[in-house]
Amino acid sequence: MTAPVDNLLVATQVRKEFGGLVASNDIDFAIPRGSIVALIGPNGAGKTTFFNQITGVYVPTSGSIVFDGVEVVGKPPHAIVELGIGRTFQNIRLFAQMTAIENVQVGMHCRLRGGIFGSILHTPRVKREERESRERARELLTYCGLPRRHEEYAGTLPYGDQRRLEAARALATDPKLLLLDEPTAGMNPQETADFTDFVRRARDDKGLTVLLIEHDMKVVMGVSEYITVLEYGAKIAEGSPSEIQSNERVIEAYLGKGAAA
Amino acid sequence: MSTKGDVRLLDRVRTERTWWLIAGLLVVGLVYPLIVDTLKSMAVIGDFVPRTDSMVTILIGTMMALGLNMVVGYAGLLDLGYVAFYAAGAYTAGWLASQQFSQVTFHFGSTVSDGLSGIHLSMWLILILAGVFTTIVGILIGLPTLRLRGDYLAIVTLGFGEIVPQFVRNADSIKGFDLTNGTFGIAPIDSLGIGGFVFRAQSNKEDLYYWVAIVLLLLTIFASMRLRDSRLGRAWIAIREDETAAAAMGVPLMRTKTWAYAIGAFIGGVAGAFLASFRAGAFPADFYFNFSIFLLCMVVLGGMGSIWGVLVGGLILGYLNLEGLATIGSKVQEGGLDFDPTKYQFGIYGVIIVLMMLFRPTGLIPERRHKIEAAEGVHDTPFYDVQHEGTLTDRDSSDD
Repeated sequence: MTAPVDNLLVATQVRKEFGGLVASNDIDFAIPRGSIVALIGPNGAGKTTFFNQITGVYVPTSGSIVFDGVEVVGKPPHAIVELGIGRTFQNIRLFAQMTAIENVQVGMHCRLRGGIFGSILHTPRVKREERESRERARELLTYCGLPRRHEEYAGTLPYGDQRRLEAARALATDPKLLLLDEPTAGMNPQETADFTDFVRRARDDKGLTVLLIEHDMKVVMGVSEYITVLEYGAKIAEGSPSEIQSNERVIEAYLGKGAAA
Repeated sequence: MSTKGDVRLLDRVRTERTWWLIAGLLVVGLVYPLIVDTLKSMAVIGDFVPRTDSMVTILIGTMMALGLNMVVGYAGLLDLGYVAFYAAGAYTAGWLASQQFSQVTFHFGSTVSDGLSGIHLSMWLILILAGVFTTIVGILIGLPTLRLRGDYLAIVTLGFGEIVPQFVRNADSIKGFDLTNGTFGIAPIDSLGIGGFVFRAQSNKEDLYYWVAIVLLLLTIFASMRLRDSRLGRAWIAIREDETAAAAMGVPLMRTKTWAYAIGAFIGGVAGAFLASFRAGAFPADFYFNFSIFLLCMVVLGGMGSIWGVLVGGLILGYLNLEGLATIGSKVQEGGLDFDPTKYQFGIYGVIIVLMMLFRPTGLIPERRHKIEAAEGVHDTPFYDVQHEGTLTDRDSSDD
């Protein structure tokens, strides 16, 4: 990945220490606009920690992360969402006691403007905004494969639908960059295949850039255009799927014999 | 799926019935002062009917419970110091509508006679000013404390709930300046009135205050409902459900929580100013910590986050506190049993809360949302393939 033309996100020398533990060890990382990039590595390699620094949950000890020309280090999570980074969680984190639609509407929070007085008085502007946001939420849910059950509480939805809903909620933030944290965890092969199609489709339809953490090598090799490998918080390799598959270091450190498959 | 239509119909019938119930209650509520004497003269239940002046306090207590419900029920911020807002509102009324600051004489739209020293603004205006001032107090308290989560927030708000009454009790000589008149409190505080028509001078002043209280309560209910279903209300509930996820979806945590606090404070402030005017004074003894807990009991008893629940919880506990227990006690004693429940009032409320937690933890009228149990991961159906659902075999949901 030497000097790609247009990077949506550039992380430079990102370092995160938790006490004596170095969770991110001076990581340099770039995501070309419009690409699907996978972040892989053994458990505890610091993938999610890196995610959390992009989204503002953690502040790096040192280093910089520039998203679309804006430094995001030090910004609170909601401001980073507003810039255009949406995410899903490794363990589904929906608002269980809100309906599917409401969950998606929460995702639109920073794109809506309704204030206190407008909401109490139901000004025409707020009413229209609410109506439109509901319509858009329905469209998004349908787009993500949830054409029904919009009024049901997220907590009562089956597992697969919850995953779909989480994707819809993340898309509702209107992201330029979508971060997916182990999106196929707990899925069967059929679901996984459907999901990979969905990621590609969403990228093309909505002009997204996608960064995903994934353990399923079929998904990683199938969907991603670039792969970055972390181990013990440090980047040990990056490149195209075929490069990674033949990378000695990666095979040794992570993939082992399974790489042949 | 075929039952869906029936369910909708049932819902509509139920909704319609609810509206009739509300309309009925509203009518009874509005004419209450006119029929209270008739009610009181009824056999058996007559003695249990609360007086109009008690009703004013009950209604305003319920209004404060609804304000607290926005903070605790909607946004999930356990606030144990709500009494601070009540005090701030009451003292705003004291400062702006009494002879407390007799150094100056300033009148604006007031009902008192022109020559009276002190600041005397229109009491209606003060209701709003008290709300605004208390909102500012709420934001000032909120900015440092709302960064804390859960138990820590509860303890800090508890601290503020203690600081405020201590402050007003002792702020009678700030470098010689008497701000709050110390333990004596500020009295008299001006009456509500329209032009020359002063409520307190009327023989039916309780009735007049009662109607204002009803209007305030209805406005609070209305605002509660509208906010619950708004962008802000969704953000509150999202924070209550999962703060991290809410932030990751673009909800600004501090701002959103502070708004909950500020709106709760506004309602507390208006209620405080109104009660101060009704009781003609603001006294530090009214602002003890146990009042915060009492309001919280109303919210918990009724159902956290549930407007109708908190309304019912507030009315029940408010009634028991002001009249109910005493009436029951006198009945018991008439029956020959030497037992005075008013002596054990907080013990009794405690027992009520414990029983509620054991048998109906979501409250008398649970919030719609609490009725569903989160059943995450119980079912397992394929992902992203609903489009060709027909080809899938239905898998047994009980297999995991």
